Parts: sequence; C-alpha cells; structure tokens
Amino acid sequence: MLRFRKREIGLGPFLLWTGFWLVAGVLVLRPSATQWVAHQLGVGRGADATFYLGITALFYLFLRMQLKIRDLEHQTTELVRKLALEGARKAERP
Amino acid sequence: MNGVFVVIAAFNEERTVGAAVRGVRERVANVVVVDDGSADRTACEAGAAGATVLRHLINRGQGAALKTGITYALGLGAEVIVTFDSDGQHQPEDLDTLVAPLRGGGVDVVLGSRFLDRGTRVPPVRWITLKLGIVFTRIVSRIRVTDVHNGLRAFTREAVQRMNLHEDRMAHASEILDEISRLGLRYREVPTRILYTDYSRQKGQQSTAAVRIALDFLLGKLGKGH
Repeated sequence: MLRFRKREIGLGPFLLWTGFWLVAGVLVLRPSATQWVAHQLGVGRGADATFYLGITALFYLFLRMQLKIRDLEHQTTELVRKLALEGARKAERP
Repeated sequence: MNGVFVVIAAFNEERTVGAAVRGVRERVANVVVVDDGSADRTACEAGAAGATVLRHLINRGQGAALKTGITYALGLGAEVIVTFDSDGQHQPEDLDTLVAPLRGGGVDVVLGSRFLDRGTRVPPVRWITLKLGIVFTRIVSRIRVTDVHNGLRAFTREAVQRMNLHEDRMAHASEILDEISRLGLRYREVPTRILYTDYSRQKGQQSTAAVRIALDFLLGKLGKGH
C-alpha cells in the first residue's frame, strides 16, 4: 500500500499483491475455503487443488522468467556489439 | 569477387582461424572475423592472415558474433554476405558454387548442404541428429531443406536486411531457416564439403546440444509472438 502511494509500483502489481494477501488471509482464517475451490475445479480435496494451482502458477512464472532472461541477454549482446563496431570504426580512421 | 564479404565467427580458434582466413582470401578480399571474446590469440591470427577483426569483449555466441559481422559488412556496402566457419570444416573452393546463384538473380539465399555432397562423410551420431533436425525444421518452420545447421550460406544484401535475427547462440541457424520461410525468400541449396577433422569434432557442438538448441529456438519464437 505504502509502495503504491509512493508510486514505486503501478496499479497492476498493486492489485495483484493486494489480491494475493487477501486470498492468503482468507485461507489462513478459514482453511476449508480451499475445499470450495477444489469442488469448483472438480478436484477431490482442497490441498490437491492448492497444489495443482501452485504448479500452474510456478510454471507460468518460470516461463516469464525465461523470456525475461532472454531479453536481458539480448541487451547485453547489443551492448557488446555496439562496442565491437565502434572499436572497428576507430581502427579504420584513428 | 566484388562486393562480397565473408563473415567468420571465431571463439578460441587460434589453431585454425588463420588458415581459414587465408583460404578464403585467395577468392574473396573482404573477410571480417568476429572474435567472440576468445581467451587465446584468435584475433591476432585472424588479423595477421589479412582479415578485418571485430572483437566482442565477452562471449555472446555464434549467432551474436555473425550478426555483428553482418552489420559491419552492411555498413561497408556489402552486396553479398557469406557466413563461413572458423574451425576448418568448410572449403574455400565452395565459395564460387555458393555465390554464383546470387549473381544470376532470382535467388535471395544460397545454403550449403553436406548431404548433397558425395564426398562428405557424416559421422553416424551426427547423421541421425541432423536428419531429426531436418524433420523438426520441416514441421516447425515449414521449409524443406536437405541440411540444417550448416554454417556455409550466402545472402544478398536485401535478404539479410529483411531478416529478423535475435538468436545469440546456435539456434540462430534454425532461426535463419525460419526467417527464409516466413519472408518467402527464394533460396537454393548447393552441395558443399564438410571436412570432419578430429579437431573440429572435438571443438564443435555435441549432438546432445540439439535439445538445448531446439528449446532456445522455440522459446525465441514464443518471445517474438508478443
């Protein structure tokens, strides 16, 4: 909340984290709520539903992270390329 | 050959890069070697053999190095760009066969193929890996080629400028075929010799790297989607 007020994070991440903590709070106070979610998904037990949803979320995060790493590597390459091309240009006409 | 630039990526190839450059220079005057952050005397050897040497301060992979060399060559007004390996696997004699179809017009890209060449002896494991790669490429990129990941290719200036190349490592070879297919470039394959020496087999890719290359390539395609 504080970080949102200071504009350190945007509206998207703010809602995501607020939602995350609200859900976490509800689940701590009433663990049986997972049972309801499990029932909606057609899974037998609440613990199983939490497990499946967790795996799905982690897989998604992993994919996002891989793409982010590729992005960073690409930026490094662009930097190295620029330096190489500049070096060659300098060698041409010193 | 006027307007032709041969681009060679080299990473710790001090033993072979000199000979490769000298061989190429007998046919093509403009040779650009990109030293991809080597720890040995690769840059010195390439320079002494008569190549223009560009240096990557840190190792970024073959795809990245080739793109640097290509960018440099385009800046000097190259009309035709050839990619060539630094480990002695490629034969300078094949350069004429490679560039000739571009001269006639009607072709944008010429690809070297070891499987069209009768003299190339492909080691069994490599043979299987490459054949699987050919099938993979046919399915994913929808392009029918007789060889994949052959480093010997020639592009017209216009063709290479239109390509969107982002793969830094070995997946760039798949990416090039993918781009040819996406852009509908006119390509031709010509037989070129690959010499499998003990040195090149030890230095080159392990066949198990194919899985990593395929994953890199697919992830890259996914990344381009948005």
